[in-house]
Amino acid sequence: MANELSHEERFEAILAADQKIEPRDWMPEAYRKTMIRQISQHAHSEVIGQQPEGNWITRAPTLRRKAILMAKVQDEAGHGLYLYSAAETLGIARDELNELLHSGRQKYSSIFNYPTLSWADMGAIGWLVDGAAITNQVMLTRTSYGPYSRAMIRVCKEESFHQRQGYEIMIALANGTPAQHEMAQDALNRFWWPSISMFGPPDDQSPNTEQSMAWKIKLETNDALRQRFIDMTVPQAEFLGLTIPDPDLKWNEETKHYDFGDIDWDDFWQVVKGNGPCNRERMAHKQKAWDDGAWVREAAMAHASKQHDRTLAATA
Amino acid sequence: MSYEVPLIEGETEAELKGTAGGYPLWEVFVRASRGLNHVHVGSVHASDVDTALQNARDVYTRRSEGVSLWVVPSAAISASEPHDQDAWFDSPKAYRHPTFYEIPEAIGHM
Repeated sequence: MANELSHEERFEAILAADQKIEPRDWMPEAYRKTMIRQISQHAHSEVIGQQPEGNWITRAPTLRRKAILMAKVQDEAGHGLYLYSAAETLGIARDELNELLHSGRQKYSSIFNYPTLSWADMGAIGWLVDGAAITNQVMLTRTSYGPYSRAMIRVCKEESFHQRQGYEIMIALANGTPAQHEMAQDALNRFWWPSISMFGPPDDQSPNTEQSMAWKIKLETNDALRQRFIDMTVPQAEFLGLTIPDPDLKWNEETKHYDFGDIDWDDFWQVVKGNGPCNRERMAHKQKAWDDGAWVREAAMAHASKQHDRTLAATA
Repeated sequence: MSYEVPLIEGETEAELKGTAGGYPLWEVFVRASRGLNHVHVGSVHASDVDTALQNARDVYTRRSEGVSLWVVPSAAISASEPHDQDAWFDSPKAYRHPTFYEIPEAIGHM
């Protein structure tokens, strides 16, 4: 018991000193489980997040845009892999993480359950979805678990290109023909509310926030991050000459922040629970890719084992 | 992109089996430029050393982050114990540092 206590005290002391918890450190089981859940859901989100944008690679309007979009989708795959690598340091195997996603026991961010209906959605996703992600991930570079923090630093370095390329698409469309301008507005209309929902439920309905903040996993609340994102984004929409689809959105001179309308949390929960427009399609595609790749994985392992045996035989 | 998905009521908690399986795990080290050490950056899964190197290239050096890569089977790494930290690393021994010694001002920089 005395020993257990000293573990706990040591863990608390590391947190109090704003140092990082590293893989071989003792940590409370609940901390480990929370970290595994958060990092793996983050990883799944990156991986599933390839689908809405991958949808437009073959139809990108120019070769320049196509090369950019391919690089971005490739980055999302890379981000998923950094994160899986971080999750595995907590003692969970990659295959198990895949299994948890495929069986629906772990989720990914609901934002990827909305369809990408036009090219302007590539702009809106980069600008808004990646913009919201950056707001969260910049905070997470200072999170208390070392491997997660390092993965976030790497991700944030790459993510800024994602947002800028998206905003560039929006600038081109917003200043284009009336039809293109309309396309940009339509994309903003569809992605605005899901994007600001990405920060999660409001603080008074987010029971885990307190513990996550005590463990310094999260350093700011959902509502604080959401407000920062909205404050940054409104002037960007104004510059584009586009209208954010919220009649209650207005500058509050007293608080020096934008006030905004109520988020439809019922819709949010419906999508989280699997009833969004694309939940089934995203999971079916992921499962198929995994199943279709089974023979490749088996063949690669058979090849490796054969090579290994040959090396042994040659040195015997 | 991201992230945290709020708990759904009745959500089953993932059980940690910690099972191995699938491709082996490799630790990846990148040399950022000539003259620097290889530094650990993360891990990849791969069936053999050649694909491990290829995967490490694709995952960790998409933006000219390095000029050389090492991959090492994760199982081959031995590590010191976190609880040995104090005994192993926390020995001040100030006299091992130059600032321990007072040099008269007249001598200037030494």
